[in-house]
Amino acid sequence: MKAVYKKPEVLKNPCFHFCPGCHHGTVHKLVAEAIDSLNLKDSALAVIGVGCGVFLYDYLDVDSLEAPHGRGLAVATGVKRVRPERIVFTYQGDGDLASIGMAESVHAANRGENVTVIFVNNTIYGMTGGQMAPTTLLGQVTTTSPYGREFHRDGYPIRMAEMLATLEGVALSARVSVCTPKYLFDAKKIIKKAFEMQLDNMGFTFVEVLSSCPTNWNMSSMDALNRVKEEMIPFFPLGVFKERKMPDVL
Amino acid sequence: MKKTEKKLTIHKERCKGCQICVLYCPKKALSIGEKLNKLGYRYVVLSKEDACTACGICAEMCPDVVIEVWRDNE
Repeated sequence: MKAVYKKPEVLKNPCFHFCPGCHHGTVHKLVAEAIDSLNLKDSALAVIGVGCGVFLYDYLDVDSLEAPHGRGLAVATGVKRVRPERIVFTYQGDGDLASIGMAESVHAANRGENVTVIFVNNTIYGMTGGQMAPTTLLGQVTTTSPYGREFHRDGYPIRMAEMLATLEGVALSARVSVCTPKYLFDAKKIIKKAFEMQLDNMGFTFVEVLSSCPTNWNMSSMDALNRVKEEMIPFFPLGVFKERKMPDVL
Repeated sequence: MKKTEKKLTIHKERCKGCQICVLYCPKKALSIGEKLNKLGYRYVVLSKEDACTACGICAEMCPDVVIEVWRDNE
């Protein structure tokens, strides 16, 4: 019988530790499918930031490095410069990439490092217990903003994909979601394209994935899906914000 | 015409009962069962086997790789 869907081969142990309904598992699957379809199992190298995705090395059968909190792209820069034949990608959350690692991330993007970033945005610090992140939406109640995020005090949420799209070094900047089958298939194509562009030495490729966090949003998995659709997508519009067609040459 | 053969493998020990597959099944063939698995969740079951067309959307959407779908087109 032909498989319509089977477990990606590079996903060695899919007994995920994530909460029910968390989209991290889906994103792990998409990354594994992209690695499988481009046959990168031996050349891919994952750099994983701190967050709920930190155990990626337990699940994917690829070489991986653990970076200090926020410094995923600094580590990835070093790895890619020393071993340019490896396909280096980082897997980071919004507390990791957009908060503590903002400087490293923006400068790596500006230098146009030839790495791929999978940025999982769930508008909250998931692993540490639901604190406010730079991407937390206005009015959202978290453990450190118990009356809701207010722009006078906490500023506005950061749209990372649009911000990085303004930089010259960035080859691909896109935002995708995995909350409906249509969005999921789009996400799959864009994640695969990001890896393909790295293979073609196009430069920095950045894919932001909107994810749910049912536990820290205090919601059921169904309500969390609806929140992604009704609250997050209007503020964080989906789409490709920048796509370079040719590599940079001097 | 030979009937299309299909097979849905549900790894019930991994299921966390999030119901994303139940929501997006176009034929509403899946439902949450009564029994608990080892993790303590009520896991998904294929309640209407005839309705299933093995389209694979449940498997694509599942965050925990619980479902695998096989189909024979010949």
